[in-house]
Amino acid sequence: MRVQDLAVHYKLREGGLLGSKMHTIKAVDGVSFDLDAGETLGVVGESGCGKSTLARALLALVKPSRGRVLWFGEDLNKLDDEDLRKKRLDMQIVFQDPLAALNPRMTVRNIIAEPLWTFFPKIARVQVDERVRGVMKMVGLLPNQINRYPHEFSAGQCQRIGIARALVLNPKLVICDEPVSALDVSIQAQIVNLLKDLQKKLNLSLVFIAHDLSVVKHISDRVMVMYLGRAMELSKRNRLYKQPLHPYTSALIKAVPVPDPKLARAASDSGLTGDMPSPLNPPSGCVFHSRCPFLIKRCKLEVPALRRMENGDWVACHRAEELDLTIGKSG
Amino acid sequence: MALLEIRDLDVGFDTPEGEVHAVNRLNFSIEAGVILGLVGESGSGKTQSVMGILGLLAENGHVSGQALFKGEDLLQMNASELNQHRGTEIAMIFQDPMTSLNPYLRLDRQMIEVVMHHRGMKKAAAIAKAIAMLRAVNIPDPERIIRQYPHELSGGMRQKVMVAMGLLSEPELLIADEPTAALDVTVKVQITHLMSTLREKTNAAIILISHDLGMVAGICDRMLVMYAGEAVECGSVEQIYYDPKHPYTQGLLNSVPRLDRPDDSGLEAIPGNPPNLLSLPVGCKFRDRCPKAFDACSEKPPMQVDEDKHAYRCFLGAPS
Repeated sequence: MRVQDLAVHYKLREGGLLGSKMHTIKAVDGVSFDLDAGETLGVVGESGCGKSTLARALLALVKPSRGRVLWFGEDLNKLDDEDLRKKRLDMQIVFQDPLAALNPRMTVRNIIAEPLWTFFPKIARVQVDERVRGVMKMVGLLPNQINRYPHEFSAGQCQRIGIARALVLNPKLVICDEPVSALDVSIQAQIVNLLKDLQKKLNLSLVFIAHDLSVVKHISDRVMVMYLGRAMELSKRNRLYKQPLHPYTSALIKAVPVPDPKLARAASDSGLTGDMPSPLNPPSGCVFHSRCPFLIKRCKLEVPALRRMENGDWVACHRAEELDLTIGKSG
Repeated sequence: MALLEIRDLDVGFDTPEGEVHAVNRLNFSIEAGVILGLVGESGSGKTQSVMGILGLLAENGHVSGQALFKGEDLLQMNASELNQHRGTEIAMIFQDPMTSLNPYLRLDRQMIEVVMHHRGMKKAAAIAKAIAMLRAVNIPDPERIIRQYPHELSGGMRQKVMVAMGLLSEPELLIADEPTAALDVTVKVQITHLMSTLREKTNAAIILISHDLGMVAGICDRMLVMYAGEAVECGSVEQIYYDPKHPYTQGLLNSVPRLDRPDDSGLEAIPGNPPNLLSLPVGCKFRDRCPKAFDACSEKPPMQVDEDKHAYRCFLGAPS
């Protein structure tokens, strides 16, 4: 998959009957990346940074205002409905809230089999059951629970059902939109490990969206950090956590609390001041400049492009070369 | 005397499928100026124990035991007696900001109600105080926000409003139920600071219900780990993080993804799922998921307390 300069803008009307004003929200603005087969890309950012909109745009569930999403070289938004439908065979999504994403009145069999029936309406019942039991086993559910309903399962098991439904068509790409945010830590770890195993076994491409850098660390090959609809940094996992290139990445890393009383108390705060600005009225120049501790004049005037550094990682910061943001050092 | 002392607290619910034992013989106490972390998975009874203490259980719920607040048993009080304490001396920040704010009322009405009613503040002063508190929890443009309805705010903003409301009456005991669950990391840090400041300024006691072990490590003094309605371990944060005795606590700490440790090994998860409260296992309730379970675990282990007041409910004393 190749994403080029993708932008999704929403139009919003504000005001009364008379004199209403149109606003544009740039939910995603100029995001580009490549995703290889078998690669996992972590996408991280605070709420409102556009990560869920990005997920929807990647699956052509919302129309981009600009830019392209290429799937094996074909622009998804240029396809007609029928061709797009066929492409969707290869792309699936796992949602955040496992209970809300499953129809409570359907059995596990019907939930997991629904994509099969949608794409192959004539498929025989025996084949369906065989396939459903197969994916249930794959995600760690007992195949004899096939006739149960979602409420009979715990949240972690429901998320396994959601994953089974995503895998039943044997997709090439799975987009996970905060798949573990609603789960307890001990169960989170189970699901992250499960996705990691499945990704290896099935050579899946994964886009793993989270609001916190700690969750994606264990699963991603590369991580993209978003802020107000823009990609701030796109780096290889091993580098990003040690030596972030963008001040926002470094602030996010420092903001993750460490489960160790002495370290947690000694930790300096993230260095972030102020609040995330409204996406209706983003700052000029670099969108992060209003909270950046390394602000210079240029940041207010010029939008930094996402550019490739010598080491192959990408960053959108005017001062990336001169800043040393290595984690563990002071400052 | 402890500010709040809980003795043999039981909370149960009558359901069509039978009785659910949400909390089972819980004992703990908290002194003024202490932040106690209440930790455990969903369904472990963290929330229901404080709901029981405050008389906020659902209709099919019942509570027994003692909850002594400054020596008076909250469980023996009727609603009007409880209201002398609730909202003023004891404040609670609820978990779900969408259902805890009244959708029909503007924020100013809901926020000033408590301070006007209990503290006898004038409206203008109460509003000024509410605005100051909104600013303290980092809500931008609080003068405008306070005139809005809950649905006009984002989830994170609503949660911040809940925190501001909890702090408004400057309570002696603040119970915060997952106050940062829905918030971004950078905002979490801000809320954490806010609660430490409250403790320093007013010497309030805080019960922090959370499953964020990073946050608990950062601000709590003591912590209580619950599993399936029971306390399984209790001690200072140092005791529990550096020398966890119960295998459940150990598993919980190992399953937290950590940024401060380089590793590619994947996360250690606790196998299995939390038990069904309708049919709890006999003996140790963690037995089915415990990597160290042995024959003795078919009996219920008693709470053992070592000389440093580190308590744990496990037959295995020393960590492996």
